[in-house]
This record gives sequence, C-alpha cells and structure tokens, in this order.
Amino acid sequence: MSELTVTLLRFGFLLLLWVLIFSIVSAMRRDLVIGTKARTGTPSARQARKHPELVDSPPPARQQAHRLVVTEGPLAGTTMDLGSSPILLGRAQEATLVLEDDYASGRHARLFPQGSRWFIEDLGSTNGTYLADQQLTRALPVELGAPIRIGKTVIELRP
Amino acid sequence: MSQQLPVAKPRRNVEALLLVLALAVGIGANAMVSLDKSPWMDSDFWTQAILLTVLVFSIHVVLRIRAKYADPVILPIVTALNGLGLAMIHRLDIATGEGAGGKQLTWTALAIVATAAVLWFLRDHRVLRRFTYISLVVSAVLLILPLVPGLGANINGANLWIVVGGMTFQPGEIAKITLAIFFAGYLSSNRDLILLAGKKVGPLQLPRFKDMGPLFAAWLVSIGILVFQRDMGSSFMFFGLFMAMIYVATSRVSWVVLGLVLIAVGGFAAAKIFSHVALRVDGWLNAFTPEVYGRASGGSGQIVQGLFGMANGGLLGTGLGQGRPDLVPYANSDMIIASLGEELGLIGLFAIVLLYLLLVTRGIRAALGTRDAFGKLLGCGLSFALALQCFVVIGGITRLIPLTGLTTPFLAAGGSSLLANWIVVALLLLISDAARRPYSTGPLEADLGPATEAVKLP
Repeated sequence: MSELTVTLLRFGFLLLLWVLIFSIVSAMRRDLVIGTKARTGTPSARQARKHPELVDSPPPARQQAHRLVVTEGPLAGTTMDLGSSPILLGRAQEATLVLEDDYASGRHARLFPQGSRWFIEDLGSTNGTYLADQQLTRALPVELGAPIRIGKTVIELRP
Repeated sequence: MSQQLPVAKPRRNVEALLLVLALAVGIGANAMVSLDKSPWMDSDFWTQAILLTVLVFSIHVVLRIRAKYADPVILPIVTALNGLGLAMIHRLDIATGEGAGGKQLTWTALAIVATAAVLWFLRDHRVLRRFTYISLVVSAVLLILPLVPGLGANINGANLWIVVGGMTFQPGEIAKITLAIFFAGYLSSNRDLILLAGKKVGPLQLPRFKDMGPLFAAWLVSIGILVFQRDMGSSFMFFGLFMAMIYVATSRVSWVVLGLVLIAVGGFAAAKIFSHVALRVDGWLNAFTPEVYGRASGGSGQIVQGLFGMANGGLLGTGLGQGRPDLVPYANSDMIIASLGEELGLIGLFAIVLLYLLLVTRGIRAALGTRDAFGKLLGCGLSFALALQCFVVIGGITRLIPLTGLTTPFLAAGGSSLLANWIVVALLLLISDAARRPYSTGPLEADLGPATEAVKLP
C-alpha cells in the first residue's frame, strides 16, 4: 500500500469521525425543543425577529357598550344608559328594564358586565332568550349590535 | 402558540441513518488497522463487521417495536465507541499476538443481547422503583462477592474480580447500576424529608444528623472498597455517583460540601495509611523522576509511556495501525485512550471525548424530560456515572489526576464493563422514550405505587 493511500485513508478516517459528530449534533438540534412546555408570555425580541408569525397582532381595541336600545317590540325605540351594574330584563316590576311583552317571563334574563364585555344569561324563562338567533343555554358575551330576542322584543347594545 | 409545542416524532429513521455512519466509523477503523496484513479483509474482519451490524440493527428494530420515541442519537454514539474499541483491541492483538479481540467481540454480542432483553422485557423504567431495597441488597452482595475466598481473584493488587469457570467478571460494574437504582428510589421517596429538616448555618442549610445516614453509608461503602478491594477508581465513582444524585434530588450545596470534606478526609487518610494509594499519588506527582518511572510496583512507567505515545501521535495521529501503542502496558484496557490518542491524534481524541459528552448530555436531557422523579434521578445518576468514569480515566491518562483503574466505557477491553455500560444505555433509552412519548399515553402499569391503590372510591 503506497504512502499516499495510507495518508489519505488516515485523514479520511478523521474526517469520517467528525462527520459522524456533526450529523449527531445536527440531528440533536431539532430535538432540543422536545419536552418544553408551551411557553407562557410573549416571545422574546429575537424570536419575534426570526419568526414574525409568532407575534400576535394586538387585539383591536374593543369598543365599550354604553347604551342599550330596544329595536323591536312594544318598547321599540327605548334606550338605556349602561353603567357598571347588572341589568334584569323581564315583566316583573323590580326588573331594570320592564318589558311589556306577553311572551316574556317575569324574571327573564340578566345582562351583566364582566371585564370589558357584557354577558347575557337566561334566568330560566318560559320562552327562552335568543342571541343572534341562537337560544341561550349558558351565559354568552354580547357583541355590539348583536340582537338579543326576548319574546317579541329585540335588544341591541350600542357604543 | 401551538407552533412552539412540536409534535413528538419517533425519529427512528434518523437513528438508522446515524447508525450507518457509526458503523462506517467502527468497521472502517477495523479495516484500517489491518491494512498491512497480507489477506487484507480476512474472515475475522468480516465476522466482526457482520456481527456488529446485525446486533446493532437488531437493537434498532427492538426500539422500533418497544420504545418508539427513544432518543435517536444514543445508540449511534455507543455503536461508534464500541466499534472503535473493537478495532483498537484488534489492532493491538495484531501487534502483540494476544486474543483479546475475539473475547471482546463475544462480550459485545452478549452485552447487546442483554440490552435488547432489557428493552424488550422491562419496557418501563418505573418498574425498577419497586426493587429499591432489593437492589441495595444486590449491590451489597455484588460488592462483597470478590472478597469471598475461593471466588474472588486478586489481579494486579486489586480484589475486584470473581472467577467463574475460568472467566473473570467484575461485579462492581453491575453494582454501579443497582446502586443507582437504589439511590434513585430512596431519594425520590425521602426527598422532602431530607430537604426540609435541618438547621441553617450561614449560607448552608445543614441536613439533620439522622438524615445523613445514607451519606455515611455511601462513604463507608466507598472507603470499604478502597480498603478491602484496593481500588481507588471504583471507590471514587460510587461516592461521586451518590453525591451527584443527592445534589440533583435536593439541590443543596451543603451536601456537596459535606461530601467533598468526607472524601478529602478519606482520601488523605488513605494516602497516609495504604501504600498503594501513596504510590499512585507519588507516580502522579513525580512521574518523570527516573526512580519513580522505573519502580517495579506503582511506578509511573505506564502513564509516562502513554504520554510519550500521545506526544508521538501529535495533532493528526500516526494513523491507525501505524503507531506503536503496544509498547504501553495494558494498552488495550486501562490505557486504550492513550493508544487511540497516539493513532488518531488530538483531533481524533477530541472526537471521542465529544462522543462521550454528547452521550452524557443526551442522558441528562432524557432525565430532564421525563416526568417521574425516579426516572429523573436514575437518568441523571447513570449519565453522571458515565461522565465521572470518563473523567477519572482520561484525567488519569493525561496526568490531570492520579491514574486509577477504571475502565473507559465501551472502548476498553473488559467484558463486565461492556455489559454494564450497555445495560446503562438500555435504561437511558427507556427513560428517553418515557420523556419524549406524547403525553396522552398513560402509565403502562396500573400499580406503580401505593398511591394508585389508595384511590378506591366507594
């Protein structure tokens, strides 16, 4: 075996050793993330620069509902200013908005603020409460302009 | 942020690719060492190449079936190291006319079959927790075995071996695993007690005296090994294993400080009392003094020959089969790192050390990822034992610390060490499988502890 071949084989073997190491390291590189829990908090500036899709665009500033408007039914046209206290809707005299609607129950539904939004909750009424044509089974947040139907009355929240 | 939670992939194909590369390293090394032999690739070469390939790929298949999510780089690293060791032992056989290569190949086959058996039958490392105290007893028996008259054998002044039917075996290597299982089981159930009790002295929170029982027990065991088996390396390794595991369990620096104090006291006393320890230290400090170099027992000739060999190799090495590593006593076992350093040079030796480093990091990564405290401790302990073993051996050969008789994992000739280290690899693979398996998979065993039995609602 010539000197040259031996030398080439010698260097070739060292190269092979390091090729193995670099392949192992590159196989590991993708592996290092496994096992990390979903991170809470915002991605760091470096991550945001490398992966712009990680940065959630800030949610559009939600407009606060300040008025309640009755758009249909016997009380159509009535408006009410919304404060920070819950509102009871129904035919009963102690309700905040007394509905003169034959199809409404005495204590029909409740509108209440939580955080920055208003929620509507049915209080076990006979005919049910509908938010955008869907009958309520639990408390749901009310978007601005979404119709709330109680009997023949329709109520909307306005800014 | 779902894109930050990657779906766990088995990645067995990556493992297969890396295995091919690792086998190329091992078999290529073996082909290089016999370049000058007249039939270049003789039947020995082919037996070794085919056997290694078949065995390693059988582990790969077992992993595909039983532990699909196991770490994909552990097996290739170990394969490369084992192949390199086989090649170097074969190369030294050619020079000296010994027959260590065939024996090593037999032990490799045995060790790989044992690994496959562990992977196949154990399946979940958490089962081992039930054997916490049994493994303490087993470790004690294994450590005492070499001292039993008629069974033990004194080789080179150390009582580490037993002889069964003409074969020597080093039970201490297996005791390393069983002790790690015991420490992991004990510490994972008594962690809180050790952690919370005790008074504070300065920045250190000292443990209560009665909680230090295991520490003293571990210390006594390692001193016992030093005194009765005359082996500094294993003694250091058992104590280091315990220190590492208790530090991982409690994250208390006070334990490490206490342990270092204890080992310093023990080591100092041993150097004063026992001649073999004193000779080792002398051979380390004054290695190049002619009278120390030429001393018949406990001289520094071996270390210095190894250093000369590595110096001869230089940066790029002499090339496999081109140097004279056979001039060093025990070139294929204790000094195999010096042999490899001579023939592969600093660049090759760095590659080997990096392979060990990667193996240890993967073990610790598996321990970090797994969700049970027992698995965490066991994974850390076993990885640390491997790391410590490498440090003690390579440090000894490069004259950083006194040379002690520990085996280089996977490389050195010696069946018991090979068997034990392959079983360690099986356990690390199982732990990494548990760590990377998707969460939805529940516990394999219904009765993993008393806690599950207590949840019986009327």
